[in-house]
Amino acid sequence: MVSVSTRNQEPVSENRPLIVLYGLLLALCTGMWFLQPQIIGLAWFSNILLFAAPLGFFAAAQTIVLLTGGIDLSVPACATASAYLMATNPQLGVLAVALGLAFAAIIGAVNGVGIAVFGVTPLIMTLASSLVAIGGLTVYSQAVMGRASLVPDYIVTLGTSKLGGIVPINAIFWVLFSLVLVIVLRRTGYGRLLYALGDNAGATRLSGVRLHRVQISSYALSGFLSGTAGILLVGSTNAADLGLANTYLLPSVAAPVIGGVSIFGGKGSYIGAIGGALVLTVLNSFLTFYNASEPIKQIIYGAIILLLAAIYNRITK
Amino acid sequence: MNQKSFASRPGKILTVPASLLGVLATMFATTAFVHRGFGPFDLESLALVALPLALAALAQMCVVIAGGIDLSLGSVIALSNVVAARLMQDADLSTSLLVAVLVLLVAVLCSCANAIISAVSGIPDVMVTLTTGFIYGGLALLVLNQPGGGAPDEFLSAVSGGLFDGWLPNALLAIVVPVLLVWLPLRRSRLGLFMFAAGSDQVAALRSGTNPAHGRLIGFAAGGVFAALAGLSLTFTTGIGSPLGGSFYTLASVAAITLGGVSLQGGEGGPAGPIIASIILAFIPMLLIFVNIDPNYGQVIQGVILVLVVMIGGALGKRQQRIN
Repeated sequence: MVSVSTRNQEPVSENRPLIVLYGLLLALCTGMWFLQPQIIGLAWFSNILLFAAPLGFFAAAQTIVLLTGGIDLSVPACATASAYLMATNPQLGVLAVALGLAFAAIIGAVNGVGIAVFGVTPLIMTLASSLVAIGGLTVYSQAVMGRASLVPDYIVTLGTSKLGGIVPINAIFWVLFSLVLVIVLRRTGYGRLLYALGDNAGATRLSGVRLHRVQISSYALSGFLSGTAGILLVGSTNAADLGLANTYLLPSVAAPVIGGVSIFGGKGSYIGAIGGALVLTVLNSFLTFYNASEPIKQIIYGAIILLLAAIYNRITK
Repeated sequence: MNQKSFASRPGKILTVPASLLGVLATMFATTAFVHRGFGPFDLESLALVALPLALAALAQMCVVIAGGIDLSLGSVIALSNVVAARLMQDADLSTSLLVAVLVLLVAVLCSCANAIISAVSGIPDVMVTLTTGFIYGGLALLVLNQPGGGAPDEFLSAVSGGLFDGWLPNALLAIVVPVLLVWLPLRRSRLGLFMFAAGSDQVAALRSGTNPAHGRLIGFAAGGVFAALAGLSLTFTTGIGSPLGGSFYTLASVAAITLGGVSLQGGEGGPAGPIIASIILAFIPMLLIFVNIDPNYGQVIQGVILVLVVMIGGALGKRQQRIN
């Protein structure tokens, strides 16, 4: 509405943010190698991938709705709900995982209906649904207090173990998923619709697209992916509690934004968000090596995110 | 579009608080029916919970009217809360008053930083405040790494008790006073006009010679004042500072202003709706206790009410658009 975007005319300029981003990632790793040469090695890289995988799924969830011009603040609630439901229903076996994921997808779908059909602002809708979900989980947690909370062995394996001691299993899972998502976003009609919706919702509707279907499915997908992230996360912590994913709200938005996904929609790619997730994970590991206390870590982490986002804004303009 | 919002303003400003008052009256009637002993004591405990929430809602309202949103509000409140609790512990009254001024400065500075960072970097304020909320939360943990601190008795007793044999709790007056001293003068001044202009139509504001970024800054500054008051009131009502206690207020403040009829599009709204909505939100868990339902359902009910209200509001808005 404000200005017709001139992107997609020069492929080079579209790739420039990605080059800068991965350059930054390389620079960060090199910097760490100079400062802490004894730590940087195969094991470190492997750990970075292990820690980045859940964030990668959070970033995917957020990227999809950001592309449509929305935002999903219920990402941590979906993740926590799915992990908690899975862990408190061990009697269901493998179905417990499906139960958790289905519940997260339903929260997402409800968000989508509120936003697409009732025209509620995404911020308010996802905020309200996370209030309901976390409140409901609190009540539920008291109802099942006596029941053992158990993270299945195969989920722990998925969240912690490494193939041949080097390649984390959850990272393999993440890479396969990333390939699918990148192809869906770039090559399929559905993927292009997500971009179209974020770029110009009015024009997309006038060209005959049923907007509400795209919108509802994008939020449901976001819920499902957050649920997946929650299950990977609980696999690595091996303890399901209601504060499981609280700290992931900021990184879930920051990873795509640093990776060049526009918060106004229609612009960016998942490859960028992956870079963002890796940069944030390396940054976190950097702060951990320097033994920064939790408050100091939060402050520096936040400041660097702001700085990166600001630099990005300049470059991409 | 601008004309429409001006035309609908007087009507909307009266109808939303009026219907909310109806809801509140129904809740009071129900409570009086199921809880025979209902009296000043219950009113006071309700007002003590509602006070920080209402002030938080007013803070969010100022920012939203100016066309922004503040997701760092809870952290600014927590920061104010812990700075006050840490420095006022064992301090005499005059030192405590100085501390209150310091808290005000800190909160206004944090809140203004949001607006300035957003304006200078071009990052949308959702992203900026999400991140600064993380930073301010870290600062709050630096001030107090666990719940603690205190406040002088004079302040603690100022918000407890009430007038007319306790039927008018002091905490309720403590909501009204800042509205009279801060909101009304601001609303009537040029600065207030800039604030409303920035939120209602950026282009029109720019063409009529005001800078929307300045209007936004005024909104955030006023929001900082109310956030400081919310943090201080939290210190006085609970008697301690808790570094993680603020996060609730980010969500709750947005819920309260939405229920209170403040448009998230900006440029519209007044204090009556958000204040009454805050009292209703604070009332829900209390009412549940009176009717013997697990108060943990409170959050679920608050969320469901919020969803229903915004859904109905959204659907009506869509219909209105179609008619126009």
